[in-house]
Amino acid sequence: MTLSAVTANRLDDGVVVYLTEAAGWSENLNDAARAEKGPAADELLAKGGADFLAVVGPYLIDVVSAENGLQLVNMRETIRAAGPSVRTDLGKQAGN
Amino acid sequence: MYRYDEFDHKFVEQRVGQFRDQVARRMSGDITEEQFRPLRLMNGLYLQLHAYMLRVAIPYGTVSGAQMRKLAEIARKFDKGYAHFTTRQNLQYNWPALKDTPDILAELASVEMHAIQTSGNCIRNVTADQFAGAAADEIEDPRIYAEIMRQWSTLHPEFSFLPRKFKIAVTGCENDRAAVRVHDIGLIMKRGPSGETGFEVLVGGGLGRTPMIAKTARDFIGADNLLSYLEAILRVYNQWGRRDNIYKARIKILVHELGIEDVVRRVDAEWARIKDRSYDLPVAERQRIAAYFAPPVFEQISGDDPTHLEQIAADPQFANWVGTNVVAHKQAGYNIVTISLKPIGGVPGDTEADQMDAVADLAERYSADEIRVSHEQNLVLPHVKQADLYTVWQALVKADLAIGNIGLVTDMITCPGLDYCNLANARSIPVAQMISERFAALDRQLDIGPLKLKISGCINACGHHHVGHIGILGVDRRGTEYYQISLGGSAEEDACLGDIVGPSFDYDHVTGAVETIIDTYVGNRHEGETFLNMYRRVGIAQFKEALYETA
Ligand code: SF4
Repeated sequence: MTLSAVTANRLDDGVVVYLTEAAGWSENLNDAARAEKGPAADELLAKGGADFLAVVGPYLIDVVSAENGLQLVNMRETIRAAGPSVRTDLGKQAGN
Repeated sequence: MYRYDEFDHKFVEQRVGQFRDQVARRMSGDITEEQFRPLRLMNGLYLQLHAYMLRVAIPYGTVSGAQMRKLAEIARKFDKGYAHFTTRQNLQYNWPALKDTPDILAELASVEMHAIQTSGNCIRNVTADQFAGAAADEIEDPRIYAEIMRQWSTLHPEFSFLPRKFKIAVTGCENDRAAVRVHDIGLIMKRGPSGETGFEVLVGGGLGRTPMIAKTARDFIGADNLLSYLEAILRVYNQWGRRDNIYKARIKILVHELGIEDVVRRVDAEWARIKDRSYDLPVAERQRIAAYFAPPVFEQISGDDPTHLEQIAADPQFANWVGTNVVAHKQAGYNIVTISLKPIGGVPGDTEADQMDAVADLAERYSADEIRVSHEQNLVLPHVKQADLYTVWQALVKADLAIGNIGLVTDMITCPGLDYCNLANARSIPVAQMISERFAALDRQLDIGPLKLKISGCINACGHHHVGHIGILGVDRRGTEYYQISLGGSAEEDACLGDIVGPSFDYDHVTGAVETIIDTYVGNRHEGETFLNMYRRVGIAQFKEALYETA
């Protein structure tokens, strides 16, 4: 089932982060709080949106639960979560 | 080169101080992102997919060795060791942290650089022919006028909230290497009736969602009256340009909706009102600025350098590179060298910090301390003695910068696309890489001849796809990347928009489609006929047939 999570860029360095259950932000997609689409997702987004000191531009993304953790469904979010597909030595995919 | 005066220094330093304060206030929560966003954009700081992006202005694409070295140092110290040159002759860092940007701007200011006019609805950094001051065919160095326009437009109180961004490009001769016809205003230098310098003024060009080729507003305006005439155009735009719809706000839409005659009428009326009111630069001031662009002291050399001819004969790789990347200079015994930033399978426009240092060294030693950035995302050493070409080439080989492909199919303009850009629909860089690898063999590229392939990752057209001989536009079809191909565009003197060839191709088929197009050309061209000329002769049908015949 497709669920919603909240993503944003961290204010001080722009790194891609996800809103966690504890209302913090994690660089790891698997830490993301997820909600059913609709009112629950909007509530989650509102929680993220209040945190303008930590992040920039929070918005909802689609995720699906798979055996090895959360998966993203669209290309843009997949690239955001990994780093440039043409520079696999950079970004999260390279751990830097 | 232009050097900052006291005013420039003070202004740029003040701007750094202001921005430092604005960043601190954003980080402490005194201002919101909504309040901060326009402030950071005014200083060239965008937010992209993975991080912030800082766009550094390179006015008319000219940098010195010291500036290039500083750009490399910033790439190492604050970024990930590389930088990207853009189609607006600017430089982008892809990973700066917000908290570091005031320090980066301070570093830039120390070498008379900044990020002003790289964003927002103002008159953007003016671009110029990358061969300015060196081209055999130019009337005068167009950078003199680009600098005059920079001084006029920076902080122009009336034009800091235009309906939309505004781009001006200038070229010093009729041969257009600066794509002036796809700018809001394009200026082509000409001689007037009594031999005086002036410009043909074109208005309303632009790419993006509604691509348009600029129309001539005036066949000739004397250089003395350039600023008052530009002022009149900007005033007409500022007053009548649409502000209700972001997609209809560029001056091209005004020209389209009113018609060029009506726009010219309004501009002329405004110009008549203001032209005698000292909007124009006094001659002495123009001469003062021109002096900054005085040519370097050239040696008097006649005839070809004999050693150079021997080197050409002895080293075919060197000879190939000279054939593709070196052109005539206005001064005998000198050449203009283009350094390709399009290695086979590489990222177009990207350079490593070490390569930037290598180019800085070469510029200082062999090119009168000048480097240019071209809108085709390459670098230029404008003043290299023919006798030094071999040494320069050897140093470029060492720095992995001796790619001989200028003007050929692998010398593509490519925007960052979905690998970096927040607005993208599809990736551009990997498509460029696939095509580059497919056509890697130099013999094949040379056989194909001059070909401008241009790729954009969305309709904003930063990769100028509309005016590519072959243009590729990334589109999103239900979450999947597709590529629409157009043919027959040109950004030069014969500027025109390409024609869409048919249904788009998916990621795995776009390279094959490009190859089919090129094979169709090679198989059907007349002796000596370029791709563009052949396309113009035969039209689109033959290409359509080749691409879609099995369907
Ligand atoms: S053309 Fe689109 S994808 Fe490419 S850089 Fe411009 S806005 Fe980004």
